[in-house]
Amino acid sequence: MKEVENLHARYAHALDEDRLEDWPNFFTERGIYRIATAENEARGLPLPVVYCEGRKMLRDRVQSLRHANIYEPQRYRHIVSSVLIEEGKEFIKSTSSFLVVRIMENGETMLFASGRYLDRISAKEMLYEERVVVCDSRRFDTLLAIPL
Amino acid sequence: MLERSWPSEGATRVPYWVYQDEDVYAEEQRRIFHGPTWSYLCLEAEIAEPQSFVTTFVGEMPVVVSRDAAGSIHAFENRCAHRGALICMQARGKAERFSCIYHNWTYDHAGNLLNVAFRKGIAGKGGMSPEAKPESQAPKQFRVRAFQGLVFGTLSKDAPSFEEYVGPEVLPRLKRVLIKPLKVLGCYTQVLPNNWKLYMDNVKDTYHASLLHVFFTRFRINRLTQEGGVFVSKDGAHHCTYTKMVEDKGDAYEKDGMRSASSHAFKLEDPEMLNQVDELGDAVSIQILSLFPGFVLHQIRNSLAARQIVPKGVDRTELHWTLFGFADDDEAMTRRRLLQANLVGPAGYISMEDGAATGFVQRGVAASRDRASVIEMGGDKVGSGDSRITETAVRGLWKAWRSHMDL
Repeated sequence: MKEVENLHARYAHALDEDRLEDWPNFFTERGIYRIATAENEARGLPLPVVYCEGRKMLRDRVQSLRHANIYEPQRYRHIVSSVLIEEGKEFIKSTSSFLVVRIMENGETMLFASGRYLDRISAKEMLYEERVVVCDSRRFDTLLAIPL
Repeated sequence: MLERSWPSEGATRVPYWVYQDEDVYAEEQRRIFHGPTWSYLCLEAEIAEPQSFVTTFVGEMPVVVSRDAAGSIHAFENRCAHRGALICMQARGKAERFSCIYHNWTYDHAGNLLNVAFRKGIAGKGGMSPEAKPESQAPKQFRVRAFQGLVFGTLSKDAPSFEEYVGPEVLPRLKRVLIKPLKVLGCYTQVLPNNWKLYMDNVKDTYHASLLHVFFTRFRINRLTQEGGVFVSKDGAHHCTYTKMVEDKGDAYEKDGMRSASSHAFKLEDPEMLNQVDELGDAVSIQILSLFPGFVLHQIRNSLAARQIVPKGVDRTELHWTLFGFADDDEAMTRRRLLQANLVGPAGYISMEDGAATGFVQRGVAASRDRASVIEMGGDKVGSGDSRITETAVRGLWKAWRSHMDL
């Protein structure tokens, strides 16, 4: 339990401290990261907002954010709570709630996203084999650059 | 009537008040969105079943799009004739009829008022006079055209047919993509901090694509040196631009020292996402098509989507994205489309910047309603051509807009 919460916390702090380069290392080599919306999930529609399969694709996302994509300076603050855990032999399943507050350089602060993390964590490596970010809302303000 | 003066340079200038003035915004609702234009409503696949419906918007107007029991498609204003409440509050569903929750007035799938609750009162008491005409405030009904899987509507009796409205320059480019029954992959909304026309303007701006969207250029997905072209309808209202799949080996960007030039250090570790199958058979890698006032269809490699521009006030716009494939897609093609979903939308490698750039204009011009933007790339004309280093389609937008607005 403590280990899982610690993984979630380290993940959140890495993103909030702009250590994007550390982000792929929270996943196993073939780890999957997918941002979805609750609406599409409920309708059984597969469309992701972001979809990465493996650390290579995760690193490509970071490279692109650092060197290709243009977006205004901004930070997130993740609040992760209500962690449920279901332990298995090979992997641990975790469901948690998140709020992400977005802070722009001029101080403008908004509730940017809320939702659930649905995780499958490798018991051996204590890394995400799969992290599905299900956003409660179908709306995204301006753009979603930094991962959730 | 609006009283405004356009800069004397004409087609090469767009004054900034067009993005700022409340009275201009209100007049646009009447003259453009309720006027002789066709607006995108939904995909036919979203209302595949008899008695299914979706709710959407045409300009600020809430709209119900439905399929009746016999299979015909209708669209009507989502406003009860009685007190103006929404008739239908769900995003989508199935219904035998629509009942306003406020006082239970009911409507059929075409938006005709079927029943007024207790119209004749009870036991001779209460109710409406036989002379009452609640139908006089009935929700407006649209003329609807389902075209190759897309549903469009107009409130105007004077609008030409949909095909005539789009015109011979752009219609074949629309048909080019919509070759088979469609299947919805999902949807989301991007909220843009700017006037709706700034997004339309951005879509029609073939000059910006490879300069703003660095991802495009770094990976040589789209450069202005690659073979491509632009089609603009005669009235300027609609456009289509395309790029061929041929790899660009030139170094025009590097020579000009542009931000978007390739850096040797930057290469995708896993480029599977970029693999394209030439499913439309004409070696086009990107086609962006826009129909005035608020519809965009994209084909970016194998990513296909309808983008609907929904104005939400003078400086706020919602972009409703619906990504789709074809009903007969195999597993590999669906996987390809989902991987390429990374390219588009609010987190898209090549489209996330649009929301930021248009927002920057809205903020940049805040104190300059008497100034104008300079739109002189490719001269001052509106027309088709084989260069994309032009703002011809942007001038087209303003030509059409001014004609509707009588400005």
